[in-house]
Amino acid sequence: MHDRIRSLIAVAVIVCCVALWWATVHISGSRIFPTPWQVVLGMVQLAQQGLLLKHVVASLFRVTCGYLLAAMLAMVLGLLMGRFHSVYVACNSLVQLLRPISPIAWIPLAILWFGVGDVSPIFLIFLASFFPIVIGTVAGVQTIDRQYIWAAENFGISGFKLLCFVIFPGALPQIITGMRIGLGVAWLVVVAAEMIAINSGLGYLIIDSRNAGNRYDLVVAGMVIIGVIGLLLDGLMRGLERLDEVQWRYGR
Amino acid sequence: MVSCAALRDSTRCNGAMGVKICVTDVWKTFPTPQGPLPVLEALDFTVAEGEFVALVGPSGCGKTTLLHILAGFDRPDRGAVRIDDRPIQGPRRQGIYVFQRGAVFPWLTVEQNMTLVLSDLPPAERQRLAAEYLALAGLQGFERSYPHQLSGGMLQRVELARALVTRPEILYLDEPLGALDALTRLRMRMELRRLLTHEHCTAVMVTHDVEEALDLADRVLVFSPRPATIRGSLLVPFPHPRPLRHRSMLELKRQILRALGVEDTEGDTAGGPSADLTLSTPAKWRQSLEPHAAGTRLRA
Repeated sequence: MHDRIRSLIAVAVIVCCVALWWATVHISGSRIFPTPWQVVLGMVQLAQQGLLLKHVVASLFRVTCGYLLAAMLAMVLGLLMGRFHSVYVACNSLVQLLRPISPIAWIPLAILWFGVGDVSPIFLIFLASFFPIVIGTVAGVQTIDRQYIWAAENFGISGFKLLCFVIFPGALPQIITGMRIGLGVAWLVVVAAEMIAINSGLGYLIIDSRNAGNRYDLVVAGMVIIGVIGLLLDGLMRGLERLDEVQWRYGR
Repeated sequence: MVSCAALRDSTRCNGAMGVKICVTDVWKTFPTPQGPLPVLEALDFTVAEGEFVALVGPSGCGKTTLLHILAGFDRPDRGAVRIDDRPIQGPRRQGIYVFQRGAVFPWLTVEQNMTLVLSDLPPAERQRLAAEYLALAGLQGFERSYPHQLSGGMLQRVELARALVTRPEILYLDEPLGALDALTRLRMRMELRRLLTHEHCTAVMVTHDVEEALDLADRVLVFSPRPATIRGSLLVPFPHPRPLRHRSMLELKRQILRALGVEDTEGDTAGGPSADLTLSTPAKWRQSLEPHAAGTRLRA
């Protein structure tokens, strides 16, 4: 019952914002900025042309590729950095040096290296989500309680088995937190990344709608769709936190 | 009480029959920002094969450090620890450490915790042994539970079952009941006794609960405040279950408390902290604790 009231309030806040938006457009009499209804019509038009699905799929494909690649490499690097002090010392400065550079700053280099196509946006999304996952994994490994490592040594668990059954699961809660942040950032840079896409993706939709005929209804439609998909993806990641294997960390 | 000289005499390790653990002149100092902190000083003692020795001392006196050294997690600065007349090199399955706060892997189920430590055995054997020891510890029906779903007492059973299933020759118990509430603590104390009797392994237990030491151990080593030195070594020559309120037991308790620098004010009619013992004492115990039964002759 309490939960229902809470979600009702959340919906009410969104409805209020939309109403405010609608009223503002009406009162100001703007001819360029769309009303919510025009945005909905724009979406319907996109859907009828089959473009909506095409753009969404293109964006999801690029985010999935870049993100999964980042997650795999970041976990390997993070586990090594967290477990071996020498690797940490060797790599940490480089990681901290590259981390604050916005993926957008890499766009010229991405075009230079990979040209215009799918690879460049995937590379930018990879860059965006790589560092949060590395940081999460390193922190996760470094903060595993010493007694678990000792107990494992005591029972003669070592090498690959130690990694699979002690280190990785022990760090998993923080790895998941890093992955959540990483996915958020990946989705965040999708628009910028798809400025160098040829003819598909939600980012492309936004840029193209503005350039080709000031279709601001489609610009806003693209924004809304990105927001909604981001919300759904985060819900999916939150689902990971409910796994039995990590419940020990996230409260009982 | 055993004098220091007598204690030294008993620490001749070289090939002595029945000596499991031999500690000779062990020193340990920790560096701190305020300068070196001596923790262990010139420790000499032995533990016989199958013996249960309790290390009793004030909090922070270095007992846990000593246990870490025995288990191979830490090294002494000076001196030697030999097990089966061989120097120790790191932690080994021969001696399993039971941690105070518990080290059951929380990301694995109870059963997975048991089978992981048996992973050198064929799967069928793993399953069989895990089931056998879970049953022994009274954990049937909790195989698929995760540790965070269990109570403190249950978790401690898992901890013990996981240690025992590997058939260790030695158990290092670091305040194994320290994190439990008073009632569970008493219940688990009996449980621990039962499990250890079943396994016949050598055990070294750190505790600051004198009564717990007297109830479980064959011998109690009393430590001084830091840097830890041995103040005394007392045999507890009573069969189990022990008549904790018998005059000789109370006398032993007084001796230990005196060695710890605490004067026991309880007198012969023990009240105070041990009074709650009756709460969970099984009938057969209570009988032997009744005044008329107290005169029963004890094997000394």
